[in-house]
Amino acid sequence: MAAKTLPKEPFNFIVAGVGGQGNVLLSAFVGTALIKEGFMVSVADTFGVSQRGGSVTSHIKISKETPYSSVTLKGKADVILGMEPVETLRTLGEFGNPQVISIVNPRPVHPSGGVAYPDLEEVKQAIVRLCAQTKFVNATEEALKMGNPIYTNIILLGALIGASVLPVDKETVMPILEERFPGELFDINLKAFNKGMELIASA
Amino acid sequence: MASIAMDKPGATALLMGNEAVARGAIEAGIGVAAAYPGSPTSEVLPTIAGAAEEMNIHAEWSSNEKVATEVAAAASFAGIRSLSIMKQNGANVAADFIVNVNMTGIGEAGMVIFISDDPGGMTSNNEEDSRTITKWLDNPLMEASSAQEAKDMVKWAYEVSEAVNLVVFVRGVTRLSYTKGNVILGELPEKREKKAYFPAIWDMYNPVKSKFTSGPFPVFHKPLHEKLEKARAIFETSTFNRYMGPENPELLIITCGACTSYSTEAVEALDVGHRIGILKLGTTWPLPEKLVGKYLTSTKKVFFVEEMDPFVERSVMELAASMLPETSELAFYGKRSGHLTPYNEQSTDLVIEALRDILGLSYQPRDLNYEKEAEEAVKLVPHRPINMCAGCPHRATFWAIKNAIKLDGRNGFTCGDIGCYSMAFAGPGFFQARTMHAMGSGAGVANGFGNLKQFGFDQPVLAVTGDSTFYHAVLPALVNGVYNKSNFTLLILDNSATAMTGFQPHPGTGELATGEPAPVVDMEALCRSVGAEVRVCDPFDLEDTTKTLLEMMRKESGARVIIMRRMCELVRAKRKIPRPYTMHVDPGKCLGDSCGCDRLCTRILGCPGLMWDSEAGKAAIDEALCVGCGLCADICPVGAIIREEVS
Repeated sequence: MAAKTLPKEPFNFIVAGVGGQGNVLLSAFVGTALIKEGFMVSVADTFGVSQRGGSVTSHIKISKETPYSSVTLKGKADVILGMEPVETLRTLGEFGNPQVISIVNPRPVHPSGGVAYPDLEEVKQAIVRLCAQTKFVNATEEALKMGNPIYTNIILLGALIGASVLPVDKETVMPILEERFPGELFDINLKAFNKGMELIASA
Repeated sequence: MASIAMDKPGATALLMGNEAVARGAIEAGIGVAAAYPGSPTSEVLPTIAGAAEEMNIHAEWSSNEKVATEVAAAASFAGIRSLSIMKQNGANVAADFIVNVNMTGIGEAGMVIFISDDPGGMTSNNEEDSRTITKWLDNPLMEASSAQEAKDMVKWAYEVSEAVNLVVFVRGVTRLSYTKGNVILGELPEKREKKAYFPAIWDMYNPVKSKFTSGPFPVFHKPLHEKLEKARAIFETSTFNRYMGPENPELLIITCGACTSYSTEAVEALDVGHRIGILKLGTTWPLPEKLVGKYLTSTKKVFFVEEMDPFVERSVMELAASMLPETSELAFYGKRSGHLTPYNEQSTDLVIEALRDILGLSYQPRDLNYEKEAEEAVKLVPHRPINMCAGCPHRATFWAIKNAIKLDGRNGFTCGDIGCYSMAFAGPGFFQARTMHAMGSGAGVANGFGNLKQFGFDQPVLAVTGDSTFYHAVLPALVNGVYNKSNFTLLILDNSATAMTGFQPHPGTGELATGEPAPVVDMEALCRSVGAEVRVCDPFDLEDTTKTLLEMMRKESGARVIIMRRMCELVRAKRKIPRPYTMHVDPGKCLGDSCGCDRLCTRILGCPGLMWDSEAGKAAIDEALCVGCGLCADICPVGAIIREEVS
């Protein structure tokens, strides 16, 4: 059983993003790390057709002993990792509450088919209003600086772990990252992860 | 994740329901697994294939679910435990074989079908409940409630299958298949040599025992019903059926599968554990009537919580009717009473809502002021339509189709099919798919349209199919079209992948499920050999594709074929093949809203790599999403989108 404590049972963590941003890999890292920390987890990713550019979420319910279903109850999110601003707001609309903590990548992904993107500042303000605590992390921007937007999710993983909002240490995540990204791939992903930790520290 | 065949009994792994099913089958010592890719089950077979070599398993992607089930059955006939895997609609394809194998029975070795339904249609275009098929086929059925239970249940299903000599179904739903959870691993089977042998002996005086040929005789049908009764007896004492709650609950919830945790969580959220009992059924057909009957007499109210059809609800109400007058005071709640719906996915919140209504409880999920503020804030949130990926060749194909039909001017149309290109029913494919039903139905329906000439029908008919779907169910329709001289053009969107379900190989890709090289079933030669005229186009060559389409549409001959050949963009990225172009918009050339094109690039073509820069009032490229396919440069009427070759 887990040595670390949980603020409440079950503890509800949600990743919100757009299909193709890498939420499935991110949630698998977090879920595996939580199991290594001795917790029960239930992870639900959006699969299928929504992966093609639609809204996607990963819900992770964390508990000490009793397994839970994976989907968060209305209004019961504890931590939200927003990979995209309007998707963060969409998730807050359904699962937010006055205590929720959010970590948000402020880079918009525009909807296709001529659907207009709302004013970004307005969206960011609404997110801040609906959260007890909000931290913005320019993950996509940093990933592009590193040469590939694909690193966005690993930067966000670093930010999430660095924020100490989940009962998971960096030391627990490292071997999982190394197993998934062997050899040369590990170095660049470690760099991305550390970048995320650095960004959250100054956010 | 490490191999699914890791030899670490007692260790905990984070497994997706589909991976847990694979592990359960491996722990049960299967020798053969066969499937056709279909979400929500697509990951089971590849997970097994990844351990095929070390566990001595034959794992194959079959060309459809019926063939997969026949492959698995032959293994059972020859003494090897086997697994067939399918999505809900796969049962329709395989049913014709299963109804007959139920007459003969299976071999000495157990056979299991893992099937997963899709409440809410998250990965499908329908919400078929496969349990009803299982019932009319006469097969024992179990439903798993978690990844751990899926593993354990699949393993046990082999024992039941062998005890009753029938194929046993284990049913999941999308939420079970795709939820990852803690799974404690069990022992792996001993790596003894599996010896396959088919006892090909015919005893005319004992047709049931010298089996494997079905017949219309009651002699085959009677034992089937005896087997089902035997299964029911086994199910009466199964530990997969559990009761939690007080001895005489005010209300009894009868639930199964993924709804089990929705029920327990709802009871916890409402804090009514002392008033409500939960009977969780793991074996749902044949119904363990003694067990259920015992709990029916312990209460006055029964609430059924299950996904899709009122399947358990009907079985239990039938049982209650047979128990009259003992059950005369029972009130029933569920789909029939309207407390839950026989469509869409269930959830803890929906169960809470229903319980509130039945028991007159109050529940406030969050602060009311916050609720109001949240409702107000989400008004900012735009709808995010699904889309084909940036660089998807289907977008180019449907652009050419749209233009060719318009240029042709005879109200031509396209019959759609199942795959990524199903999105052509909506904006991403410019609303070009005007019919869409089952796998292969595009070509099938086109056959019918193409033979209506005697009734004055003169519209050109196109049908689309993906490469994987072509081998699954389109080939018979093409043969029919050639033979019956039906006037239509079949477009095979050959993107070298079963893209929608996760890039599984198929007979045209030259690769097996295990990654070994395989002979390529040459699509082009196959179509020519049945007598169809065949053209091949690169959809990104819009001019040539449109011209070819126009030419083929104008023909009056029988079924003909255009192969639209271009690799799936995601496959290109996976194989690290360099992108062809770097794209940018020349702001000096883009005329914005004064162009008159009405934002043709962002609003109509709608590639995710394009975006509308509302500040500048012009189109722009999203460098995080654009993959440099170059298509948009061809459609901009003023040539403002520039492609530069990647050197």
